[in-house]
Amino acid sequence: MSAPATRREDLVRGVWRENPVLVQLLGLCPTLAVTNTVANSLAMGLATFFVLLGSSVLVSSLKRIIPHQVRISAYILIIATFVTMADLILAAIVPDIHKALGAFIALIVVNCIILGRQEAFASKRPVGRSALDAIGMGIGFMVALLLMGTFREILGSGSLLGVPLFGGGYEPWVVMILPPGGFLTLGGILLFLGWSRQRRGPQPKVRHWPHGVATGRAG
Amino acid sequence: MSELIWILISTMVVNNFTLAMFLGLCPFMGVSSRVATALRMSAANFFVLVITSVSVWFLNAFVLERAPYLRLIAFIVVIASLVQVVEMAIKKLSPALFRDLGIYLPLITTNCAILGLAIFQTNRGYGFFEGLFFAVGAALGLALALVLMASIRQRVELSDVPAVARGMGLVLIIAAGLSLAFMGFAGLLSA
Repeated sequence: MSAPATRREDLVRGVWRENPVLVQLLGLCPTLAVTNTVANSLAMGLATFFVLLGSSVLVSSLKRIIPHQVRISAYILIIATFVTMADLILAAIVPDIHKALGAFIALIVVNCIILGRQEAFASKRPVGRSALDAIGMGIGFMVALLLMGTFREILGSGSLLGVPLFGGGYEPWVVMILPPGGFLTLGGILLFLGWSRQRRGPQPKVRHWPHGVATGRAG
Repeated sequence: MSELIWILISTMVVNNFTLAMFLGLCPFMGVSSRVATALRMSAANFFVLVITSVSVWFLNAFVLERAPYLRLIAFIVVIASLVQVVEMAIKKLSPALFRDLGIYLPLITTNCAILGLAIFQTNRGYGFFEGLFFAVGAALGLALALVLMASIRQRVELSDVPAVARGMGLVLIIAAGLSLAFMGFAGLLSA
């Protein structure tokens, strides 16, 4: 019996506490590759959201029919179908962004978040809960992408959604929109999260320094 | 011939799959803590990349011309079955290598570098040999990035890192440094 509390839990869990990117470190390729502007991040987030929701609902409704031995191939086929749909839809509605994202739309197929949710959640739960889980995880993925995109666009181009923020005097940090900036931004965010977690949570165990040698106080 | 060598070099260092195009990050983060495992993973990647390139060329040349919308589905099905076949073949032919590669072999299916190779090869309209050199360059590039990363991480393990920085944050910052260094190769393009 799924109480309302469980259902709410299914929905909100993915948004922050078990955020697929920032906590579980899944789906790093698109997170780093397409977040050089906010618009690209948003399009990627929406496309992934659509694919995740569609596949979760379909996998969850077909879970009694799919044989256990070939389940992974079946999931990938379902995911690839939805990705092809997302690809064609984006090409029709926003051709510019479709071009900017390039091969990374097709690469949603191998985004581990999606396959991971099918295997871990949708294949064992009823349709409603799978949909809620997919919505939560999809929003969590979008939150992470937008966070990265905002940082990188403001620092790297001095604009937000293409609107210049600073006067002419701002010298953009070009490196932020180049590949190293992706690694740097995500690394910075993870370090910050680790730092704040450490400040709030219980202190980690005293470490012996140097490794393996007990100092007088710590020992 | 110089065209082919050019594809090889440019895929290997200038447009390195991992550090410049963000493909294959999962193994880059996941199995880069030891140099020995990094080498094994690179060998497995090499196998699958080369075979994928050849079969994608066959698919594009003989099958997909009539139904381009089936491209993605066809690629992923072929890659998944190829990995399975390679796994069975290695198990039969060289049990020692099979034991060495272990779990990494099946995991390659969901490595975005493989599907990425298939898609880029198609988009750029590479022929058979161009595709082959593209795959070899990509595999060498992945191996280079993976082994460099593993070597750095082995060194970092011996140094005294502040508690807050231990974990993936630091790995990503190191990757940023590596990626920055590889951008230096972009000068090759204009030369």
